[in-house]
Amino acid sequence: MIRKYSVLVSLVVLAVVMLVPFVIVTLNAVKSPADYSSGGPLSLPSELYLDGIVDFWNRVDFGGKLWNSLLISGSVAVLATVLSVLNAYALGIGRVRGRVWILVVFLVANTLPQEALVYPLYYLAKQVGLYDTRLGVIIIFTVIQSAFGTYLLSSVLGRFPHEILEAAALDGAGKWRALWRIVVPISRPTLSVLLVFFFIWTWNEFFLPLVFLISNENQTVPVALGVLQGDKMMDATMSSASALLGILPAVAFFLIFQRTLTRGVTVGAVK
Amino acid sequence: MPRSRDRGYRVFLLPSAVLFTAVIVVPFLMNVGIGFTRWQGIGDPRWIGLENYTRLLADERFWSSFRNNVALIVAMAVVPTLIGLVLAAALFDYVGKKVGPRAAGVLRAAYYLPQVLPVAVAGIVWGWIMHPRFGALNELLGLLGMEPRNWLGDPDWALPSVMVIMVWFQIGYPVVIFMSGLQRVDPALYEAAEMDGASWWRRFWHITIPQIRPEIYVVLLTCTIAALKVFGPIFVLTRGGPGGATLVPSYFSYQNFFEKANVGYGAAIATVLTLVIIAVTVFFLRVQDRES
Repeated sequence: MIRKYSVLVSLVVLAVVMLVPFVIVTLNAVKSPADYSSGGPLSLPSELYLDGIVDFWNRVDFGGKLWNSLLISGSVAVLATVLSVLNAYALGIGRVRGRVWILVVFLVANTLPQEALVYPLYYLAKQVGLYDTRLGVIIIFTVIQSAFGTYLLSSVLGRFPHEILEAAALDGAGKWRALWRIVVPISRPTLSVLLVFFFIWTWNEFFLPLVFLISNENQTVPVALGVLQGDKMMDATMSSASALLGILPAVAFFLIFQRTLTRGVTVGAVK
Repeated sequence: MPRSRDRGYRVFLLPSAVLFTAVIVVPFLMNVGIGFTRWQGIGDPRWIGLENYTRLLADERFWSSFRNNVALIVAMAVVPTLIGLVLAAALFDYVGKKVGPRAAGVLRAAYYLPQVLPVAVAGIVWGWIMHPRFGALNELLGLLGMEPRNWLGDPDWALPSVMVIMVWFQIGYPVVIFMSGLQRVDPALYEAAEMDGASWWRRFWHITIPQIRPEIYVVLLTCTIAALKVFGPIFVLTRGGPGGATLVPSYFSYQNFFEKANVGYGAAIATVLTLVIIAVTVFFLRVQDRES
């Protein structure tokens, strides 16, 4: 009996330790600077003070940053899923010649560090006018994410029941029609996992967006918050407000997509 | 496996062929090429053969960046895997059965929560907590009668501090993967072991670990690669400092590319990092192959 509780208690204590940073950031984000200087970082706020968050929001145009992140992540999720489907259709169902080697290329592309691409991408993007544009970042991440998507989806579509496609072919449906009318609807559960993962992975990206999106109005949430660290204007409460604004969308997505995520996290483990 | 059925499918690879060439293949080859040159990013690169690489081998910063990276592999792959194994087994084989699956689910969610953050945001959260002037950590330690410290600004403490942060960030991932791996273990195995009076540790060692070996490999591989690529937390927390105490290869190449305009040198670092990542991947896949 005692042992049972000691194990449970230590697991609960650990869970609390894991959550403390979230709690403490939230507490200080809703604390007034006066409240902070009298009570310090560990005290409970004496009243709910949202001006710090509002101030920070307006100063960095956080709404604009959210929109950039949504636009980039949403576009990448859709485009990378489409690209993955096209590739996997040819590799998994079409079994085109050389597919094993093509898959190896996608797999290697998936493990390449972005550091080994960043300077040439930066240089080339400047040449073609895509540097410091959201479109440039969308194109790059569409390709990077679809490398993983292709790899995953090819093995899923490799097990696709061929009788259905043969029946469709007898009915005179071309390959293009069979893809959109049959393969895509039937693979919907896997595709929704890919969509959600691509969205969240792209939202969380930091390195390439940091290099590419230098002007304020193009920055994503993590980049905007990241470059502000150590800024003079960031006092104690405003810093915690900025941290909270970084946490909230991520936790919101987690709650919204929880089902898809738990279904997919083991799938995503291949990454 | 059936042979190639039809050529008509090839056309579906066309968009990717174009995009991959432009975004991955050409830039990667360019990076390798730039590594053999001296280049400031403007003007013409000058071919210098292997000079960047010989310089790297003699560069103390380069070696210390990889040493720091090993520390981060410990913090992001080894420690989370070990802790994750114990936690997953305790949640699955103990809490899930003796207390209830709901409790196990809630605890798992708590351990996983840091994982949902963009890693740069995780850095921001901890940068605040460890802030020397207004952070909560020093205040808390003060209550316990301990000295305040500049955790991220002290050369002796910066790397251990970053390591702790990364352990916090990573733990949830192995817990979730291992727990889902345990779902497919036949419950009869555990029941039989319990009937034989096997202790929790024996069950852990002889059932849990061998049964989820594939998951352990996947977690170790993916976390090691993630550790080799780590950039966001270093940028946000320490910028590789103080005095290079938390410099990692990824940040080192970034510095050379964009701060020092040593593009050729940066490209050489990135190429070495790529080789290390490929070597690690091949090594893991080999070991896994031999085991199974």
